[in-house]
Amino acid sequence: MDKARRHHDMGGLEAGPVNRDGHDHAPWEKRVDALMVLLGRQGILTVDELRRGIEELGADAYDRYSYYERWMASMTNLLLEKRIIEVDELGERMAEIETGRREALP
Amino acid sequence: MNEPAGGHPHEHGGYDVDPTHHHPPQPDLEDTPLARHQVMQMAVTSLLIEKGIFSGDDMRAQVERMDGLNPGLGARLVARAWTDHGFRQRLLADSKDAAAELGIDTGPIPILVMENTPETHNLVVCTLCSCYPKFLLGVPPDWYKSRNYRSRAVREPRKVLAEFGTELAPDVAIRVHDSTADMRYMILPIRPTGSEGMGEEELAGLVTRDSLVGVAVPRAG
Repeated sequence: MDKARRHHDMGGLEAGPVNRDGHDHAPWEKRVDALMVLLGRQGILTVDELRRGIEELGADAYDRYSYYERWMASMTNLLLEKRIIEVDELGERMAEIETGRREALP
Repeated sequence: MNEPAGGHPHEHGGYDVDPTHHHPPQPDLEDTPLARHQVMQMAVTSLLIEKGIFSGDDMRAQVERMDGLNPGLGARLVARAWTDHGFRQRLLADSKDAAAELGIDTGPIPILVMENTPETHNLVVCTLCSCYPKFLLGVPPDWYKSRNYRSRAVREPRKVLAEFGTELAPDVAIRVHDSTADMRYMILPIRPTGSEGMGEEELAGLVTRDSLVGVAVPRAG
């Protein structure tokens, strides 16, 4: 790949046939989308910041993650960066949800 | 690589799933382990609710709102433009104002409506990410966000269109519009032959999502 390009900048590159299969969005994906809208409305995150966060995930994660996984990783990084949430509380909350100590919501 | 820290004991997300690991039941995805980013979504959401940034009701209302967005909104604008010349001019000049006449909100980001003609066919892509006129078409289909579409739509649009079953005459020019976070596009397709005498509602039924992105053209019958 051209050295001047970053991995998300793929316009004009060679690629395979377009796969037209789709999938219905899972409820969690819709919540990720909703999260971005709500944070945008509150002036906490902008679409440009979301995209910058996605571009900063690195080529490997970019290709490995699904679309809304990229969004979620970017939003979480941005919220940590802005100190809206803290690393410790996030880690603790994720562990609680995973082990069923806390009800998944909403 | 800059993954969010999460004090996470293991990685899943469909890549490295431990089948012996038991997760609490999930109403959405029965028998599927909670993927890392799903857990992250739940954790972040619950923290933000706790901090009073938004409420659980706000979240539910927004999900419902997104569920209500679909290409039918864009199709209504096209059907009106096909039957009302003045509206068509207004739609091409300022889609936000024109859509408001029909009670449709195009959202916070400007949307340019590009008109197909017998000489020129328009196609929309977002090479850098996935910008899409969500407020008029709903969430973008997976292919719109795919590497193959994003890479090739600007390089060989005619071949991409053919993969969608859209064969254009060689003398029809193709203009490809690359969307950004600040500018989105919707196509105003050509009213198909055979649709003469159809009313607005019936016309709207001919307008598919793919025709509003430009990978297809509407057909009557």
